[in-house]
Amino acid sequence: MALTLEQMRHLAKLARLELDDAQLEALMAPINALMAHFEKLQALPLDDVEPTSHSIPVYNAFREDIVGTPLPREEALANAPEARDGLFIVPRIVEE
Amino acid sequence: MEVHAQLLTESKMFCACPTRFGDAPNTNVCPVCLGLPGTLPVPNKKAVEHVIRTALALNCRIAPIALFYRKNYFYPDLPKGYQISQYGEVHPIGTHGYLEIELNGERKKIRIRRVHLEEDTGKLFHYLPGESEVDYNRAGVPLMEIVTDFPPDIHSPEEAREYLVQLRAILTYLKVCDGKMEEGSLRCEPNISVAPEGSNQLGVKTELKNLNSFRSVVRGIEFEVQRQIQILESGGQVVQETRGWSEEGAYSFPMRTKEFEQDYRYFPEPDIVPIQITEEWLESLRKTIPELPLAKAERYRREYGLSDYDARVLTADYDTATYFERCVALGVEPKTACNWITVELQARLNETGRAISESPLTPSHLADLVELIQSGTISGRIAKELFDEVFQTGRMPSEIVKERGLVQISDEDALRAAARQVLEENPDAVQKYHAGKTSVIGFLVGQMMKATQGRANPQRAQQLLREELEKFR
Repeated sequence: MALTLEQMRHLAKLARLELDDAQLEALMAPINALMAHFEKLQALPLDDVEPTSHSIPVYNAFREDIVGTPLPREEALANAPEARDGLFIVPRIVEE
Repeated sequence: MEVHAQLLTESKMFCACPTRFGDAPNTNVCPVCLGLPGTLPVPNKKAVEHVIRTALALNCRIAPIALFYRKNYFYPDLPKGYQISQYGEVHPIGTHGYLEIELNGERKKIRIRRVHLEEDTGKLFHYLPGESEVDYNRAGVPLMEIVTDFPPDIHSPEEAREYLVQLRAILTYLKVCDGKMEEGSLRCEPNISVAPEGSNQLGVKTELKNLNSFRSVVRGIEFEVQRQIQILESGGQVVQETRGWSEEGAYSFPMRTKEFEQDYRYFPEPDIVPIQITEEWLESLRKTIPELPLAKAERYRREYGLSDYDARVLTADYDTATYFERCVALGVEPKTACNWITVELQARLNETGRAISESPLTPSHLADLVELIQSGTISGRIAKELFDEVFQTGRMPSEIVKERGLVQISDEDALRAAARQVLEENPDAVQKYHAGKTSVIGFLVGQMMKATQGRANPQRAQQLLREELEKFR
């Protein structure tokens, strides 16, 4: 089940990667080599096995509902490419 | 129907930041909820318990093992690039539940598909062209999602409203959510579609947002149903989309869509180990579930002989029901307590914007007031005036009565004298009465109440007036 160029385009879009078709085609070989490994896994008779979400037998690592100290706002905003009046500024994400 | 309820916790879902509403932007954030590299989320136990308790109250099957998933998307309302949530039908905390509603005297089960736990997103603003502004205070606040089953059991705007009324009541009884629709701590998104008459082949659905009150829910759904019918009857096609509701304009409009694809690539959250819900844990939580609204309403009808309407009004809110039960425990006759609470008290609370739990006029005050009326110490009119004063000052009614000499006049001679004086001052009325227009007695009683500053017993006053009128013939 090798990926098609169409699927590659979709993946690139989901990952917000700007790649043209030539670049995507160049990536297809290594990605499809990877897919071949998964095909091997999928061939195994695992119908009776519960999907493993976590490999360690540990459950219920909780914290109590106790308030701690938040970051000072200057520090919270320190890494932001842009900030103003205590708000993070991002490129417009709705149509104008 | 999808409902999102912000859970009542002090701290966020996966970090210790406060959940407080209304603070200055980005002051309740930390490396975890800002999604900084190297941080790890740790679930809030209380939030998990809130969801388990809700799922129990909604008659759900509880997953022995519940899992968190990552829902991946590019949108700046969450800084991590994904929302920690639970995934569809795979290991959410509750599934296969139902909620009972009562409409026009009939009970109906609305099936619940799932109850799950996730984190809320930050708030976006679009003040200036070319940019959006983000406040992450709300990012990571524990959020519960409750989704009804498909095919739908809700077939009208009224049923949708009733479902939400009951759900909100249950959430507030459990104290897991404050239920404030106006503030957005309880948000509902109905998915609406129509079918040809007599068929159950549902058409394309639309999702409706911005419904901030029960009234909006009914109006919004009614509008959307009509809109879809009109499109279909004129040969058009309904577009599957999310629409917003404008309460002022009373119309729905297509929402500006998020730019990302609806392809979330869910996978189990590797940073959070599974939640194991044991029988013992469940049992201890089951014990914390109070009598629920519908059962309470039924008991009020049965035990106290209250009407359907009264029972519903009193039980719609946990604190109101508690207030009522305290009054009854203090010896107030249930129907009397109900009337004072749902009429006088509710009006004062609405005027002052207070919650019933903050009422300066407590059940003890009300019991005292009712006792004063029943013993004949004060008249109903004085009682209403006192009610206002007690609500403002929090003083005991009997104290005020004693201090002001508001005690009802029981001295027969004094009352009779007052009656005679009223008749002497109102010869026209007396004449009318004798001419057969006996309804003027109401006016005369009013005059007598005025003359005695409301301290006469109205029934007794009327009786004395009639006796004196006969003497005037």
